[in-house]
Amino acid sequence: MNFPILSSVIFLPLLGSFFILLSRSQNNNQGAIYVSLFTSLANLVLSLFLWYVFDNAETEFQFVEEKNWISGFIKFKLGVDGISILFIVLTALITPICIISCINSIKTRIKEFLILILILETFMIGVFCSLDLVVFYIFFEAGLIPMFLIIGVWGGPKRVYSAFKFFLFTLLGSVLMLVAIIAIYWITGTTDVVQIYEIKIPKEYQYLLWLAFFSSFAVKMPMWPVHTWLPDAHVEAPTAGSVILAAILLKMAGYGFLRFSIPMFPVASEYFIPLIYSLSVIAIIYTSLIALMQDDMKKLIAYSSVAHMGFVTLGIFTFTQQGMEGSIFQMLSHGVISAALFLCVGVVYDRVHSRLISSYGGLANYLPKYSLVFIIFVLGGLGLPGTSGFLGEFLILVGVFKKSYIVAMLASLGVILGAAYMLWLAKRVIFGETHNEIIKTIKDLNLSEGTILTILAIIMIFFGFYPQPLIDTISTSVNHLINNYQIDLIYHLKVNNL
Amino acid sequence: MIDNFNILLPEIFLTLSILTVLMIGVFTKNSFNLVSKLSLIIILLSIFILLNNETSSIKVFSESFIRNAFTTFIKILILISSFFVLNSSQQFIKDNKIDKFEYPIIILLSILGMFFMVSSNDLIIFYLGLELQSLSLYILAAIDRDNLRSTESGIKYFILSALSSGLLLYGCSLLYGFTGSTNFDIIAQELNSENTGAVFAMVFILVGLAFKISVVPFHMWTPDVYEGSPTSVTSFFAVAPKVAGLAVLIRFMQTPFENILIEWQTIIIFLAVASMILGAVAAIGQKNIKRLMAYSSIGHMGYALAGVATGNISGYSSSIFYICIYVVMNIGAFACIYLMRVDNKYKEGINDLSGISKKHPLLAFSFLIILFSLAGIPPLGGFFAKFYIFMSVIENEMYTLAIIGLLSTVISAFYYLKIIKIIYFDETINKFDENRNISITSTIFISCVILVTFFLYPALLNDLVNSIFI
Repeated sequence: MNFPILSSVIFLPLLGSFFILLSRSQNNNQGAIYVSLFTSLANLVLSLFLWYVFDNAETEFQFVEEKNWISGFIKFKLGVDGISILFIVLTALITPICIISCINSIKTRIKEFLILILILETFMIGVFCSLDLVVFYIFFEAGLIPMFLIIGVWGGPKRVYSAFKFFLFTLLGSVLMLVAIIAIYWITGTTDVVQIYEIKIPKEYQYLLWLAFFSSFAVKMPMWPVHTWLPDAHVEAPTAGSVILAAILLKMAGYGFLRFSIPMFPVASEYFIPLIYSLSVIAIIYTSLIALMQDDMKKLIAYSSVAHMGFVTLGIFTFTQQGMEGSIFQMLSHGVISAALFLCVGVVYDRVHSRLISSYGGLANYLPKYSLVFIIFVLGGLGLPGTSGFLGEFLILVGVFKKSYIVAMLASLGVILGAAYMLWLAKRVIFGETHNEIIKTIKDLNLSEGTILTILAIIMIFFGFYPQPLIDTISTSVNHLINNYQIDLIYHLKVNNL
Repeated sequence: MIDNFNILLPEIFLTLSILTVLMIGVFTKNSFNLVSKLSLIIILLSIFILLNNETSSIKVFSESFIRNAFTTFIKILILISSFFVLNSSQQFIKDNKIDKFEYPIIILLSILGMFFMVSSNDLIIFYLGLELQSLSLYILAAIDRDNLRSTESGIKYFILSALSSGLLLYGCSLLYGFTGSTNFDIIAQELNSENTGAVFAMVFILVGLAFKISVVPFHMWTPDVYEGSPTSVTSFFAVAPKVAGLAVLIRFMQTPFENILIEWQTIIIFLAVASMILGAVAAIGQKNIKRLMAYSSIGHMGYALAGVATGNISGYSSSIFYICIYVVMNIGAFACIYLMRVDNKYKEGINDLSGISKKHPLLAFSFLIILFSLAGIPPLGGFFAKFYIFMSVIENEMYTLAIIGLLSTVISAFYYLKIIKIIYFDETINKFDENRNISITSTIFISCVILVTFFLYPALLNDLVNSIFI
């Protein structure tokens, strides 16, 4: 196929944002909304088509595009495999949902907001497509600019602090990755990921390079103890910003581990397993406990994200088929569920203008439809069987059990804690007495909110019962990844013994 | 002999036209407009002459003057940056009543000085060029002579710069004493690391040059002079002399000091690290945008020096690459500063930018691009500049330098973000005067377009810069 489909998926939103720039600011920016909605939906269709024509049995990268970019040493190289393609679909799915949600929640400068969302979509899809370290780094970092502005301009009262914290934390992590990327170039002579897989970086370099990449991904993931930017950023960001942050930006790091850290530095990945396990277990238990004590709904969901991401890192570093598939599945499912939960919080926030749990209570009596979807997503968030949340955690725990009983037991504790804080949240918000008089006057879900939440609920439950299409796409690539990983380990062992 | 004059054609043309324009300025009344238009034309013609000139390497006048691709490129860069600076500052100059006809002529004279400085292959020519440039700059700094701050900055600059010129001259005389020649090539042959006296001479010369390009610890004059001088002069200070100074530094490393590179390198690494850190940390507390730009330029010169510190061609070309992008960003940033005008008064406080994104979305957006680019965030031009620098730094396995440099990028990102925060997140307090001055807006537009679309074809500039070193 010669049609550059990946480039189209990446740059279509950018094109859309140009048209928004040209649109006139009349009629409440109707034009801008339609253009952005149209572009993002077109992109969704395009990415679904991409998934449709994607060959599940193929282990190599597909739809590869290669252009000379910086003469002689960096190529603009794109391509997808079973690991990355679903993240592209997820990104393309979440973006139109954000755009619909911001019609209700964003009151000022909506045109600029839509432009930023679309530019951000370009960068996010670019991250998942790029097969060159420098191209990846550029997309990875460029996403900071729109997100910084989204938090800072449309955010809550402490927005400046949060935006700065978000930006500087991430940048600090990433610059070390840049050093590592350049070092890799001088060690191997290329930044093309596929070639680096072949070349096998010498063992003595791997440890430091792994740590440099880790510093970037750990901040982005976020792993304990560098997770502190996330709750702040989530709380202050506008609803659409939180959704993108939780659903996609956090997934970049997990994807980065799978695409770069593990295949490029297998020896170091093996070596640092204890580090990852301890940080992940601490993240799971510690942040779950913190989540229990939150009185702010968004903060609670943010901490739960950190705990869920702890599961993801745990699963990735089991190097088992189940664990890795579970991690990818968990990331996708968390993308849908956390997005939905933030949207739910956004719905009531737009009406009551409070995120505090204590200002709600007894919503079931006044907002029946809202309460139903909220409960569905809470159950998904705690991983009830039948929702996609369950499957990811289950597969990860299966994988971890193979590696270490203690870690698996501790991680399972996180599942219980997760149920505790989620159910308690539902109890305090949906059930009980209504103390706040405003709640009695507010309206239930409107059409647009109802539609997007229903779609997300259907996706969550459908893949909870029938995960096969996703697993089919993922499994070949994961299998390939694990095989190569083991071959590389043996290779390095041999080199060492010689 | 006549061929030798051909080599000097750009310099001769510049000299003659300066004298002609000076006459025109003297004999016509209120001639600022006329003289500055003519000066712009002269600059364009000089670019034209340089472009048409051959670029093969040749030394003339007893090998005291060199012309090659490198010097030609640097001269064109100096001319282009001066053109944009002079063009966009017209209105500022008139509004501040410093529209004396000498102003553009002095700028031309300093350009002439830079030309000789860059092309010198002999200590005496080098020193003369340097002094011609410096003397013009002292006058420029104090051009607003009724303004206390401007005259103060002129005097400050003069005293400190004279001191550094003295040190430099002392270094030159030591060098002559130890090698018996003022010619760069002969010096290069005579010098080696065992020659302790030569190392002393090298240190003195380096101090003088470091002062001219304002790197730590010889930066003290920069914030005061930047703040005190009229903005139009500051924007000139921020670009052309920096380009010339860096080019001369590279020339010195390439020819006279090529055999004592190790000694020379250690000092440059120290200068680079100190400038990067100080540029990042000291800028955080600034309230005046020009002062902030001063610290920012100190930091940027630190990055450019990091490229020079590698001591090989790829490092030098990454430095020149860096300085090209730096020039584009600084011209854009100062053009934005010209637009900070409330009720016909030019503002310089960073807080005056508060919330301008609501009233002036385009200006705010341009400033945003330039600031993110200065901070080195991809995919803007500033990122590629830093990227090439660190490519060559890591190629030479100077990992500590690279890591310190990148960490100070993060610190410096903080103060650029602070300005963006003030522009975008804060409440509006000022409304700037409507300004339809085409030369300012087009300058901002050009610099933003270059920075934003740079990622499309970064190889263009890279190949060009690499080619000048062959």
